[in-house]
Amino acid sequence: MTDSDAIETRLLLDAIYLRYHYDFRSYSPASLKRRLASARRQLGCETLSALQERLLHEPNLFSQLLQFLTVQVSDMFRDPTFFKTLREQIVPVLRTYPSIRIWIAGCSSGEELYSFAILLREEGLLERTTIYATDINPNALHQAEQGLYPVERVPAFTENHRRSGARCSLSEYYTAAYGSAAFDRSLRKQVVFSDHSLATDSVFGEMQLVSCRNVLIYFDRTLQDRAIGLMKDALCRRGFLGLGSKESLLLSAHKAAFRDFSPSERWYQKC
Amino acid sequence: MLNLEELGFAGCDAVVVGASAGAVEALTRILPELPAEARVPVVVVVHLPPNRPSLLPELFRPRCALRVQEPDDKQPVTAGTIWFAPSDYHLMIERDQAFSLSVDEPVRFSRPSIDVLFETAADAYGPRLCGVVLTGANDDGALGARAIRDAGGFVVAQDPALADSKEMPTATIARANPQWIASLPQIADFLRQATGSSS
Repeated sequence: MTDSDAIETRLLLDAIYLRYHYDFRSYSPASLKRRLASARRQLGCETLSALQERLLHEPNLFSQLLQFLTVQVSDMFRDPTFFKTLREQIVPVLRTYPSIRIWIAGCSSGEELYSFAILLREEGLLERTTIYATDINPNALHQAEQGLYPVERVPAFTENHRRSGARCSLSEYYTAAYGSAAFDRSLRKQVVFSDHSLATDSVFGEMQLVSCRNVLIYFDRTLQDRAIGLMKDALCRRGFLGLGSKESLLLSAHKAAFRDFSPSERWYQKC
Repeated sequence: MLNLEELGFAGCDAVVVGASAGAVEALTRILPELPAEARVPVVVVVHLPPNRPSLLPELFRPRCALRVQEPDDKQPVTAGTIWFAPSDYHLMIERDQAFSLSVDEPVRFSRPSIDVLFETAADAYGPRLCGVVLTGANDDGALGARAIRDAGGFVVAQDPALADSKEMPTATIARANPQWIASLPQIADFLRQATGSSS
């Protein structure tokens, strides 16, 4: 017997897919359930069925729901040793390419994107790099494009940046005003922001590096395989894949297509 | 010897533990007591500072008979292992009894959150879950313990009078009405039996 909650969830996800073409059906159930419960309460609905009815008739409500379903809270240079490995072991390889293409898959509000851009600037590679920053949430993409973060968050960013092996202070890259740190617009001069879904879209170009961190944790194993498959197809031979500190290719169907580059830092290299 | 049946405990397939201020000392009196042949997984959330890896696995590994690990995403929740939540992630258990992680916003300032682990574990194990709330200076774990009770599981709170910080077990007692309130040596004895073959 399936409980009512599970039935309501399934129907709601089907409705969202049919009506708005956003596919959450293969998301990890535990966190999805918490997010839906939080959305239901905040949007003032008694049940998920009530939320479903409103979603079908009020398109504006969907963009609100999307914020609940996709919000992630991350730091710049999260896991400084990941970026240290990038700086010390991967940048020397990237340097051998005349032009570099990097895909930040699931860039959310841009913390990861700016971390990459700053590191590449420090290593003198930003000018010949194009970064594709993609996400399914248009509001998050807009935030990423703005590059504005509350100043309270900056000390943590600064400390992480320092521990990533930075050669100068993070304050070189932003100006603080009205409670926000505004990151230098030249950092995003060669960034292409784009709406892209790892669940429903396909590959869009050949990359030397893909970073997709703490995105796969929201997917079930079937969808993880689909997403990693896209990244594999996007990467050139010997291209690099960076994952979150608790994500790995161990359970993946595409495990054999990669070799461990720095397994402790979750850097992989396509064979 | 402690009689588990008299406490109303009918066995479990997993144990979840939450602790905050004073956690290391409290856990030091419990986890090393668990026998190597324990047949259920023990999953532990301790509030940790973000931005640095947790030192708990390294701290407890040499002291424990059981395997001590931090789970990766989607790793099965295997028995015979003490699993510590990694820092700066919420740790959850899916209904197929695999771990999953999230970087959703902190719940009442905590990531990992005890409530998040307990609520998802209650979904996954139903009445076959035992939750233990130890010392801590906030009320995380109370709602999670309530969810375990609502699903028919068993909840133990450390006696607040004996806890390093009493707020957390006190909140759990107020909101979840645990089946048992006990001292650390009693909890160690209980878990030794609950996880071992002698139950």
